[in-house]
Amino acid sequence: MSVVRQLKYRIQNGELSIVDLVKSSLKKAKEKSNLNCFISLFEDKALEHAYNIQERVKKGEELKLFGLPVAVKDNINVKGSETTCGSNILKGYVSPYNATVVEKLIENGAVIAGKANMDEFAFGSTNETSAFGPVKNPYDETRVSGGSSGGSAVSVAADIVPFALGSDTGGSIRQPAAFCGVVGVKPTYGRVSRYGLVAFGSSLDQIGPFSYDVYGASILLDAISGFDEKDSTSINKPSNFEPELRDLKGIKVGVINEFADQIQSDEVKGVYYKVLDFLKASGAEIVELELPHIKYSIASYYIVATSEASSNLARFDGVRYGNRVNSDNVKDMYFKTRSEGFGEEVKRRILLGTFALSSGYYDAYYLKALGVRKLIAKDFEKAFSGVDIIFTPATPTTAFKLGEKLDNPLEMYLSDIFTVPVNLAGLPALTLPIEFSKEKLPIGMQFISKWFDEKTMFDIAYTVEDYYKFYEKAGYGRF
Amino acid sequence: MEFEAVIGLEVHAQLKTKTKMFCSCKTDFKDEPNTNTCPVCYGLPGALPVINKRAVEFAIKAGLAFNCKINLTSVFSRKNYFYPDLPKGYQITQYEIPICEGGEVKVDENRAFRLERIHLEEDAAKSMHKGNKTLIDFNRSGIPLIEIVSKPDMRSGKDAYDYLVQLRAILRYLDICDGNMEEGSLRCDANISVRPKGQKELGTKTELKNLNSFRFVQKAIDYEIKRQIEVIKSGGRIVQETRLYDDRKNETRPMRSKEEAHDYRYFPEPDLKPLVITEKEIEEIRKKMPELPLEKATRFVKEFGIKREDAHLLTLEKELADYFEEVAKLSGNPKTASALIQTELLRELNAEKKSVNECSLKTETLAKLIKLIDNKTISMKIAKDIFPEIYKTNKDPETLVKEKGLLQITDETAIEEVCKKVLEANPKQVETYKNGKEGLFGFFVGQVMRETRGKANPQIVNKILKKLLEE
Ligand SMILES: [Zn+2]
Repeated sequence: MSVVRQLKYRIQNGELSIVDLVKSSLKKAKEKSNLNCFISLFEDKALEHAYNIQERVKKGEELKLFGLPVAVKDNINVKGSETTCGSNILKGYVSPYNATVVEKLIENGAVIAGKANMDEFAFGSTNETSAFGPVKNPYDETRVSGGSSGGSAVSVAADIVPFALGSDTGGSIRQPAAFCGVVGVKPTYGRVSRYGLVAFGSSLDQIGPFSYDVYGASILLDAISGFDEKDSTSINKPSNFEPELRDLKGIKVGVINEFADQIQSDEVKGVYYKVLDFLKASGAEIVELELPHIKYSIASYYIVATSEASSNLARFDGVRYGNRVNSDNVKDMYFKTRSEGFGEEVKRRILLGTFALSSGYYDAYYLKALGVRKLIAKDFEKAFSGVDIIFTPATPTTAFKLGEKLDNPLEMYLSDIFTVPVNLAGLPALTLPIEFSKEKLPIGMQFISKWFDEKTMFDIAYTVEDYYKFYEKAGYGRF
Repeated sequence: MEFEAVIGLEVHAQLKTKTKMFCSCKTDFKDEPNTNTCPVCYGLPGALPVINKRAVEFAIKAGLAFNCKINLTSVFSRKNYFYPDLPKGYQITQYEIPICEGGEVKVDENRAFRLERIHLEEDAAKSMHKGNKTLIDFNRSGIPLIEIVSKPDMRSGKDAYDYLVQLRAILRYLDICDGNMEEGSLRCDANISVRPKGQKELGTKTELKNLNSFRFVQKAIDYEIKRQIEVIKSGGRIVQETRLYDDRKNETRPMRSKEEAHDYRYFPEPDLKPLVITEKEIEEIRKKMPELPLEKATRFVKEFGIKREDAHLLTLEKELADYFEEVAKLSGNPKTASALIQTELLRELNAEKKSVNECSLKTETLAKLIKLIDNKTISMKIAKDIFPEIYKTNKDPETLVKEKGLLQITDETAIEEVCKKVLEANPKQVETYKNGKEGLFGFFVGQVMRETRGKANPQIVNKILKKLLEE
């Protein structure tokens, strides 16, 4: 039985109390502080919350998330606590309101354990751009966690919490999930409210769940999704994600050969073909897809994402909140505040985006990128007319060494090559950890389904998971 | 060489919605500073905008009133620039596809100025400078605005004035904007250039800001036209710049810090879907459209037989037009109603800086007063004399006239007696009159009126005096 289900039964049977579970979570968080996956830990508050939920359960309330602790990425606002986005400019900024997903977590009986470390403003794929230092991979502390939701991924991978929320703009949930060996889901754009998520690329951002296993990720997504009148881009679609084992016979699985060719690590490649063989052996039909515009994904993505980011980050000007570097005139105050407050990668992306939007370049860059984006979405639409699911690797390699790509942003950007097209098209996708490499580094694969068809994605991933049972190899859920 | 000015106006009108453009905060910008704020209008990290449907409805109303084409799909964009009163570092506005395009503002039957577009946007916060500190009040941040952009069709300050008067009247009729320039609920910037008459291409334009009243707009534009022509005539060149109008000196001058050329980096607002309106929604709004000032004026001319200029003035404010219409109908004498309202009533109201809404004189009372004139109970003069008191107290005019003993004297014998007395008392004048100086007739009338304290019926006085003098 999957780990999160077991925890559910143990809690329901009274074998495990919510308070003990949360206590043990907080204890582990402190023991593993060297991993640096939390920016703030809600010790007293979490415990108090755990008691409350225990009371609610005793009164017979059925809670979707039954008291499990959750780590929340530090770009999601939790009332009364710091929202730093991993940046110096927001160090000490206390949010006066809850993000919609946080309201939903509370309503559904999750206990927020703390705020997870992240790349500064989610700009990065290694979690090394955080002003609070890098997050370390629990399977090898000399390696990166991946990013930008590195803290969230590690908080689950290090078995501190069964749940975490991240945000995914170009792979920021799925890539660290692959590097750290946990399940990570990027929902369909519009499935989860972005209200209270500090925006990076507004048209690409989605909040999504991390968990030990597919079941866990599915119930967490179920709890946080739904239309929100505060987010005009959220969509009202009924959901029931609880996964069931599927007979894979006759299921049409799309594969993208261009992707397979771009896998850099032989071991990742090996696992990719191994899973493909398993799917074939289970009776699935493999369909080779042609996505002619997908090769422009990274180029298009970095223009759209940085353009939106350059505008989204304009509000951090030192006028109303955050850290201000004073000066005798406003303009100089802006320069100093933003020069000192933002890190290198943030400045790089703001400059890129500002350039792409500036007059004389807008048509050549931003508009063209939007055009390409539409073509990529069309490619997927066409592809999905013939397949039920698309199967790809999640990353070209396993987790790399700390510092390895920090000075080479282009190479770092390429680590998102398999995940980025999904955001451009607004599709849902899931990273499923399959096996460990020889160096005991997790290797994960990606399942992409049709818009708002997360159920198929969960079902098929659940079926594959049931065969490889990565969560057993990882030994998750020791509470 | 003769010059021609080319003028276009950009008017920002604050919409009278209860809540802000993209959040549910109240729009009462005069409340205690920073009390009507929330994460959205304060630009907090993570907050998202949601379009106020009421504001959209108001913009459509304006579009219908000005005969614009209403775009069924319009798009919000971000206008990016840094300013302390702009919390997000961008203003959400409409750029490439506005909600309304084209249309015109008709200023009278024969004159109209075309519109370029009307778009929806949010207001910025308000900066206040105190000593060396700048304070910002975010109550205004996010209040809905429509920007009404004219085509460069105007040629003089007077054109601009007429345009604004009618524009404001219509916005107020629609009940979508207060139209108060002093409080800033209506703001106007003017783009002005001059060119030799007959030349097609436009001259270099300047932009005028800080225009706090319609009269200032007119004066500032006329000043600026004169200035530009003088510059060109003396061999100089117009610099494209923003200029401020100083109403005390009646001159324009360049803004202190030369504004750098802004690149606003407009792009579609990703936090909002395109704004989609249905034909049905537009029809619903069309059905509820009120009669507009010019339509009303035309009807008044036709229905009440008053002069067009009077109808025009009476219809600029809907409340005044309604007031007039009631009095006209109740009294059955629209002309006198028009005269008394335009002279007496407006004088009293202006003196107290009150609007018709706050007027304590009921329409029924004023109608009664007019009836007293019509049935010759009192003269027009008496009516005007007692107007201030009636205005203040709303007292029944007949009662007041009786109390004060002001009933008009229509008894011919009584009047004849007074006339005789007057003629007897002024034999010299009678003789001069009889010798041909007929201009003295008015003198005798005046004397009779003085004797009767204005109560004698003037027609009867005339008749009897003529008769007596011809004897
Ligand atoms: Zn607000």
